Amino acid sequence: MLSYTLKRLALAIPTLLILIIVSFVLMHAAPGGPFTSERELPPEVLANLNAKYGLDQPLWRQIATYVWGILTEFDFGPSFVYKDRTVNEIIAQGFPVTLTYGAISFVVAVLVGVTLGTVAAIRQNTILDYFAVGVSIGAQVLPNFVMAPILVLVFTLWLGWLPGGGWQGGQWEYIVLPVVALSTSFMASIARITRSSMLETLNLNHVRTARAKGLPERRVILRHALKPAMLPVISYLGPAFVAMITGSVVVDVYFSTGGIGKAFVDSALNRDYAVMMGVTILMGALTILFNLVVDILYGWIDPKIRY
Amino acid sequence: MVANQHKMEALADRLSEEDPVAGRSLWADARRRFFANRAAVAGLGILLVVALFAAFGGLIAQWSNEELDYAVMGAIATEGAPSLSNGHYFGTDDLGRDLFARTVQGTQVSLMVGLVGALVAVVVGTIYGATAGYVGGRVDSVMMRAVDILMAIPYMFVLILILVMYGRSMTALFVGLGLISWLEMSRIVRGQTLSLKNREFIEAARATGVPAVTIIRRHVVPNLLGVIAVYATLLVPLMILTESFISFLGLGVQEPLTSLGALISEGAGTIAYGTIWQLGFPLLFFCLTLFGFFFVGDGLRDALDPKDR
Amino acid sequence: MSLLEIDTLDVTFDSADGAVHAVNGLSLSLDKGETLGVVGESGSGKSQTAFAILGLLARNGRASGSIRFDGKEILNAPPKVLNRLRADRIAMIFQDPMTSLNPYMRISDQMAEVLMLHKGMSKRAALAKSVEMLDAVRIPGAKDRIRLYPHEFSGGMRQRVMIAMSLLCQPDLLIADEPTTALDVTVQAQIMSLLRELQTEFGMATMLITHDLGVVAGFCERVTVMYGGRVMERAPTDPLFDKPTHPYTRGLLHAVPRVDQGQDRMEAIPGNPPNMARPPQGCPFRPRCAHAGEDCSVMPPLAPAGDGRARACHRPVEEVAA
Repeated sequence: MLSYTLKRLALAIPTLLILIIVSFVLMHAAPGGPFTSERELPPEVLANLNAKYGLDQPLWRQIATYVWGILTEFDFGPSFVYKDRTVNEIIAQGFPVTLTYGAISFVVAVLVGVTLGTVAAIRQNTILDYFAVGVSIGAQVLPNFVMAPILVLVFTLWLGWLPGGGWQGGQWEYIVLPVVALSTSFMASIARITRSSMLETLNLNHVRTARAKGLPERRVILRHALKPAMLPVISYLGPAFVAMITGSVVVDVYFSTGGIGKAFVDSALNRDYAVMMGVTILMGALTILFNLVVDILYGWIDPKIRY
Repeated sequence: MVANQHKMEALADRLSEEDPVAGRSLWADARRRFFANRAAVAGLGILLVVALFAAFGGLIAQWSNEELDYAVMGAIATEGAPSLSNGHYFGTDDLGRDLFARTVQGTQVSLMVGLVGALVAVVVGTIYGATAGYVGGRVDSVMMRAVDILMAIPYMFVLILILVMYGRSMTALFVGLGLISWLEMSRIVRGQTLSLKNREFIEAARATGVPAVTIIRRHVVPNLLGVIAVYATLLVPLMILTESFISFLGLGVQEPLTSLGALISEGAGTIAYGTIWQLGFPLLFFCLTLFGFFFVGDGLRDALDPKDR
Repeated sequence: MSLLEIDTLDVTFDSADGAVHAVNGLSLSLDKGETLGVVGESGSGKSQTAFAILGLLARNGRASGSIRFDGKEILNAPPKVLNRLRADRIAMIFQDPMTSLNPYMRISDQMAEVLMLHKGMSKRAALAKSVEMLDAVRIPGAKDRIRLYPHEFSGGMRQRVMIAMSLLCQPDLLIADEPTTALDVTVQAQIMSLLRELQTEFGMATMLITHDLGVVAGFCERVTVMYGGRVMERAPTDPLFDKPTHPYTRGLLHAVPRVDQGQDRMEAIPGNPPNMARPPQGCPFRPRCAHAGEDCSVMPPLAPAGDGRARACHRPVEEVAA
């Protein structure tokens, strides 16, 4: 188990390095560089700027400096647009918000999705099953950026129950719509995966053995079927996590929650490459970390994988 | 002896299964199953309607997508509503542009993005995956490790990075989508190739001296086609989703070009002003397109993979 | 009174191609401590009969008729009733030891839960008893190896674990569904002799389901031959082998390679087992039978033929046995 974990970790580190290098090279290969904008800057000003941000150094050296800054001091450097702010400050401001509603959405999607899928599988071809299948098919075409305006239309403009945006330090009524918007399509996917995987598992030989032991159906499902049925769901959690992080950008923009996604989009519109890279790398690191957790979870459930 | 007996028995079982329904080829069988699947046929119908809309909608439109209708400006919420009399079948947007023409254009762009993205995935992913799978060994593990690493990158952020740097053009969008779309495809193709390589009929072909090129052409590729078709069909809506997501953030294709995602974004931004058609019509076509592709894709998968029935 | 009494059992599956009749009007009985072989090709309905007894049919399966265990009707009994019988009084060994054990659980947990459930034992006592049973099926180092996962055992060892697990509660009836089919030949012999020993030791009635007549010969007192979901012939083992009186039984016997008789070639039965979604009218064996005639389009009744033998065939014994 330990060597398995270490192996996974060994893969995670180069992944992160490649991510940093790729975004760095992309930035440099861009026509014009980061300070090209609508108004032409005099060449000496541009040279000054480049020198200030270290952009006149050879590429490998810039990368080394950047990586070193991140590794030793967790420092993503200064913003290219806001002279007095560092990338760290910008990230630190939005990150807690994103983390709060992101984590809630993730937990909601997994819990509701797994329960819905399992119940649908056990009660196959009943109204309950059709309902679950219907919901999960419908929600497939309702990604966050479709859910968000629909939710605001219904619950804010028509019913007037919930605020259509803002954060207010994370009061619950401000969290509900972002969470629903972000989690719906993932909940649906998780329910679908759980259902089909559970149906398949319930036909496996070892589940028949468990029934032949005289275990009550509840025990059969919880003790013998749930673990193997969860494996495909766990594999899906990695991509789902990435997609949710990505979706948080929409939530931040549409609900003005003030999370990190808003900073990302603003920096994209301002061509503030330093902030974009910082956010990209942070999200990449989170993703890699999460995939590591998923891999370890996988190995914990399936004894054949531990080596 | 016993192992043999086992095999013979399995063979007998298979033959006996085929006996009463004799002589249907895999593809004919798949076609029958596909058309027996109501959701899949409905999906196909939906796609046909959407495609006709995108192809010929421009002929019915009374307005071009760039014209501003000065008659409705300033009172979009009342004058800009869908109406047959002034030719704005879907109403107008908040600038007074005809939403019908804009939706036609947005559907065209979205479909094109989806199809091109899937095409890149098919070409690059198949070549990459089949190579890795067929060559095997160290080459395979290096190639697949590279895919693993690329897949762990939150691609949307990188995609936006690329778009911003290279000017948010259609070309940049296609390049960006193409860069990410083939990854999953290559994995699937590689897995399929790997399992095919060790199957008895391939080994038998190899043992009887059939040249490798013929094996690949006659045995490997036809067996890959099903998986590729299914996955490509399911990839189209994912590409459309990705593009729409970016357009929703205002980082996708630039005016006067538009896409369903951009239209949804505009509609979402103006719902507070009572112009709900601005959200409704693009959303309708967006959902129809996705439904159509998902249903057809699922139908194809069920039709080509009988074990999943 | 028989321990197990099956009367006109029908098992039907709903499938896309219509109803599949896996078992048609099967009747058989089994006394306490008796060993019965149920023989037939794959698709003859023998495994489905076993699943019907324990209520383990697949979702789309339906069973009708009667199955009485210890005098009580158990066919389609509510889960509560069946759960009390399963493993405790009727235990089953499955065909494929590779997949029949739970790959995600330690052997210890899989075995102990049986005793904790049916005998109300503590975990510690259940584990001790499980180790004992693993010793009984001759798994070396049982005390340590009980902590392992199934994939850490070989196929033969896994089947031993399966057998040990099925015997934990000392059931009155053991159903062994092709217990050796998935194993190597040498391991097959070991498992069968182990089963034989355990049967003598524990004295449980045993229903051995197999397609291999050779396995039956050394194990069972009586044999029931099934084909197309129906009983073709049943008889005590020795007379059946000496003088098969049904064309199908004869065909099966000739298809067994016999070293002792210096046979030149093995005769296979021509043709394939019937598709049970569209069974032939009348006797299911008719399309493959050398003796078939017009009258075979009506299923012959299972009629006594002396020596405790019964056969379902229109042809007289002399014509077939000759």
